[in-house]
Order: sequence, then C-alpha cells, then structure tokens
Amino acid sequence: MIVIEGTDGVGRSTHIELLRTWLESRGHAVLDTGMTRSILAGRGIKEAKKGHTLGRLTMQLFYATDFIDRLENEMLPALRAGFVVLTDRYIYSAMARAEVRGIDSAWIRSIYSMALVPDALFYLRISSPQQLVQRVVSSGRGFDYWESGMDLGLGEDFHDSFIEYQRRMLKVFDRMSSEFDFQVFNASRSVRSVAADLRRAVTKLLDESPATEDNVSPFQVAV
Amino acid sequence: MISYGQHQFPGKLFIVEGTDGSGKSTQLALLHQWLKAEGYPVFFSEWNSSPLVKDTTKRAKKRHLFTPASFSLLHATDFADRTERDIIPPLKAGAIVLADRYIYTAFARDVARGCDRTWVRDVYSFAVRPTVAFFFRAPLDVAIDRIVSGRPNLKYYEAGMDLGWSDEPEESFTIFQGKILEEYDRMVSEFGLTVIDATRSIERQQREMRLLISQHLNKKKRGKSH
Repeated sequence: MIVIEGTDGVGRSTHIELLRTWLESRGHAVLDTGMTRSILAGRGIKEAKKGHTLGRLTMQLFYATDFIDRLENEMLPALRAGFVVLTDRYIYSAMARAEVRGIDSAWIRSIYSMALVPDALFYLRISSPQQLVQRVVSSGRGFDYWESGMDLGLGEDFHDSFIEYQRRMLKVFDRMSSEFDFQVFNASRSVRSVAADLRRAVTKLLDESPATEDNVSPFQVAV
Repeated sequence: MISYGQHQFPGKLFIVEGTDGSGKSTQLALLHQWLKAEGYPVFFSEWNSSPLVKDTTKRAKKRHLFTPASFSLLHATDFADRTERDIIPPLKAGAIVLADRYIYTAFARDVARGCDRTWVRDVYSFAVRPTVAFFFRAPLDVAIDRIVSGRPNLKYYEAGMDLGWSDEPEESFTIFQGKILEEYDRMVSEFGLTVIDATRSIERQQREMRLLISQHLNKKKRGKSH
C-alpha cells in the first residue's frame, strides 16, 4: 500500500499515473484510488459540494464514509489479492483539511483510527503556495471553491483565499510529516526527476517486502 | 469543536429513543402538539432525514452497499448535518428541539452490528447532550410483535440481514433487536436515560413525559402565539 500525499497542484495524479504504468510494465497488478471515488459516497459528496449547505462536521464525516467504503471494498480486497495499491491522498489530507477548519484533531483522528497503516507514505512537497498557484493557473482548470478554502472566508478573492488556505495546509502537513514519518519529495523539481525518485523508493519497498505465497492472488496460483 | 455535555444553549432538547415498535414516535407527536399549544417555539428533527445525505443512504440500502462501519459513518454524516443545521441553530435561538431517535440509536445499532463501542461514541462526540432523553422500553416479544404484525416485509438492514445471522428475516430481526435492547439497557446508566415503560397506556406515558418536561420549561419564555 503506497500513499501519495500532498496539497492541491503538487502533481499527485501525474505521478500516480506514471507509477502505475511503470509498475504494470514490471508485472505488478495495481489498484489506484483516491478521495471521493467510492461507490457508496462519491456521488453524494460531489453533489453536496455543489451546494452551499455543507457544514464542517458533516463534510468530515462524509469523507470518512467515502474512505471506509474504499478501504473495505477496494483497498483491502486488492491487497489480499496481491495488488499494489496506489492511493491519491489518504487520511492525512482528510485530517489536515479538518484541522485547518478548526476541527478538534483528537476527534478526527479517532474516526480514522480504523485506517490501515500504509507500507509507504510519500509526501510531494512544494513549500510555497505561490508556486501552487502558478500550477493551478497553468493547468487551465482554474480555481476550485474548496481547494481555495472559500468556505473559510480567508481572502478577498479566490487567489488570496487559495494562498492563505494552502499556506495553512502546508503548515499542517509539515507538522504531520515528522509525526507520521512522511518520506518527503521535493516536488518543485521537474516531473522527470520527481518520478525517478519515486520509482527508486518504490523499487526499494518492493525489494524489502517481495510478494510471498500468502499475498499472491489465488487466481495467479491457480493459473 | 464543542463536545458532548459542554454546549450551553438557551433552548431545550428532548429526544425519544427505543426499539422499533416501542411507541416513541406517537409519544413525541403528542408532546409536540402540547408544546405548540402551550405557545413554545418547537422544532422537530427526525433520524436519517438530512437532505444532503438522503439519496446516498437510499441508494446504499437498495443496493446493499453498506458494511457495519460505512453504515455507521454515513448515519453519523446525516446526524452531523442535522446537528449543524436543525439542532444547534434552534437551540441557540432558545427554541425547543424534539428529536425522534438520537445518537443512542446509533450506539445501539452499530454496536449490535459489531462496531467498537468506544469508536462509535467518539465519532458522535460532537453531539449536543439532550436536556432529557426518554427511552421507551418494551420487552422484546412485545416490540417484535408490534413491528412484525404491522409490517409484512421487514427491510434488509432493519432486520440485520447484512450480518448473516439467519436467512429468515423474522429470526434475524429477533436476534438483532435482542442485541439492540441489550445495548440500550447498558446505556440507561451510562447516559442517564429516562426509562418509560412502553407497555403502559399511551395516556399514562404521555402524562409522565409532560410532568418531567414541564420542570425544564421556563414559563416566562413562552411565545406570543398562545
């Protein structure tokens, strides 16, 4: 189980896609997953985020529902079947978002105490929110209400709010980084050099814990 | 975030709990009528009724998507939405909030489903502690009889069919309700629930409720509609 964490715009999805292709070319089956992709709650969360009545506590619990559904119905079965699970964000993003919104961190942590400890936890770090803004702008998709923390009323406009919101997120991530032992990757470098580092780290992980008969898919054994 | 037992509001929160078929909704409706007639501003909130979560719950029930943990968390999401929208704001405004089922329903059902007792309580720790929490207690056979005779088809999750105890809905329901009742009984002292004997006459139960509630009402705060 490999977690890729990082704030909005650091390139998580790009790197997950690259890792996935690379792992598959090396013969590993891969499941990739990420927030709001659950069958149970994904649609409901997206609908709720379109409106203007989603409260702070409700939001955290909706995300926790999405998480547990993916954990129980996607991640755990895939791990048991010998897949490499790549997850775009994990409980750390959920906990950081809650903390930035002034939610009791003991509460949110107790909710996520049912999560599985990942085998690797890669944190793509960009230290300045200004750099993140550049990426959001050049991506062409523009500012998102929630990624800009507009629900918190932090700035005059999307730009200012985004900067302040991401600055706070980075601060929380930095604190968690030592607490949860993140492997930090400097994501302000080129995609190619970050990808090379990630591949090296994954190779090391797979060499340290090679697939045993126990975690190989029964179907592979049967064939 | 303010935790259970630490909120201070001018309003009052009265809630009813009990197994299915215990008559709690009937009692709450009668109470509602009385409080309205007395001129109090009353707001009613029902378990599982958040407009944000409703579609997700409905779909999940229909397609049997729940595990005990996701069932628990989605119901907590629903409850959080109602707490943030329907419960705290009226209490701040000094109104009386009546809730049909509260966190104790989740504690009873989720633990009966196998969720960890402490974990479920932690999840709901943001809830407002009720001014009075009524637990309508009916013996298991009475409750089951009331439900089964009134409804020919027990629903999948209602009967605890997801837990695989029995392929017979009625048998599964009986086992499930038994576990739920056990959980309620241990919560009476844990949360100071007020037990109402649900086998007594409707009138007598209602009198008992009104007597208790009137001790918590501030007569001066009565509205002008009366």
